[in-house]
Amino acid sequence: MKVRVLYQWPPGHVRTPAYLRGKVGIIERRIGEFKNPEQNAYRAKPDQSHLIRVRFKMKEVWGDNAERPDDFIEAEIYEHWLEPYDAT
Amino acid sequence: MPHDHHAPLSPSDHPYRDDDDTSLTYWQTMEIAVRELLIEKGYLSATQIQEQINTMDERSPANGAALVAKAWTDPTFKKSLINDAGEASRNMGFDIGPMHLIALENSETVHNVIVCTLCSCYPRNLLGLPPDWYKSRAYRSRTVIEPRKVLAEFGLELGEEIQVRVHDSTADMRYIVVPAQPKESIGLSENELKDWVTRDSMIGVGLPRSPI
Repeated sequence: MKVRVLYQWPPGHVRTPAYLRGKVGIIERRIGEFKNPEQNAYRAKPDQSHLIRVRFKMKEVWGDNAERPDDFIEAEIYEHWLEPYDAT
Repeated sequence: MPHDHHAPLSPSDHPYRDDDDTSLTYWQTMEIAVRELLIEKGYLSATQIQEQINTMDERSPANGAALVAKAWTDPTFKKSLINDAGEASRNMGFDIGPMHLIALENSETVHNVIVCTLCSCYPRNLLGLPPDWYKSRAYRSRTVIEPRKVLAEFGLELGEEIQVRVHDSTADMRYIVVPAQPKESIGLSENELKDWVTRDSMIGVGLPRSPI
């Protein structure tokens, strides 16, 4: 399943790397529920958020500057940072 | 000349190093104050604190190497390790604490490498303290941009047929690479194989190698 990382820049403790925001990848695996770090870091009562490993092609992340377009980058992204992506 | 330093040399030709006669930072002072309060109020003893420091210092890549050697010699274990590394490690009696672990298998066509671009997440229970370079801005930023170039600087030239997979340890999971077993080591015992597994090969910046 294809997903896109939300292109947004909220302040505070966020564990979505800037270089992956707005990028499209596929779900590599679903890991389970974890405390939302954006709340947990401030000792607010954290919601649970599903953590998902997303696989990106280098080409998608770095465009024509990719060292090798079909190598992968994989990262854990919280569900609330992902939206379904439909290329059509 | 054995060394070319500007600092004066000791009689054994080693440079003198400055003593650390600097004042404490804010956080060092804070740590000492909290530690002394905890001891004073009887929550912890100095011995307990020292024992915990020793436990943390004693964690070493030998733990991860034991896991990899087991995976090389026991296909059932390897399967469960790849499937759920945390559970497999605990079932085999490896103490990995509350760590959530993913094991990534290298093959003839796939090479995995681990980085934490946001900070320095590292599977300390299995590999000990991270090397300084792992925490450097250069490693953290370059590994996701030009992993092949970074690996080449570690002495690891990967062929065109091999796909590189960079794993950015962004959140709650920790990662260990299960390197491919070197052909020359096939047939060795699990115990002998432990010495082939290097720390770097479990981060993905090196390969296992003969201990002799």
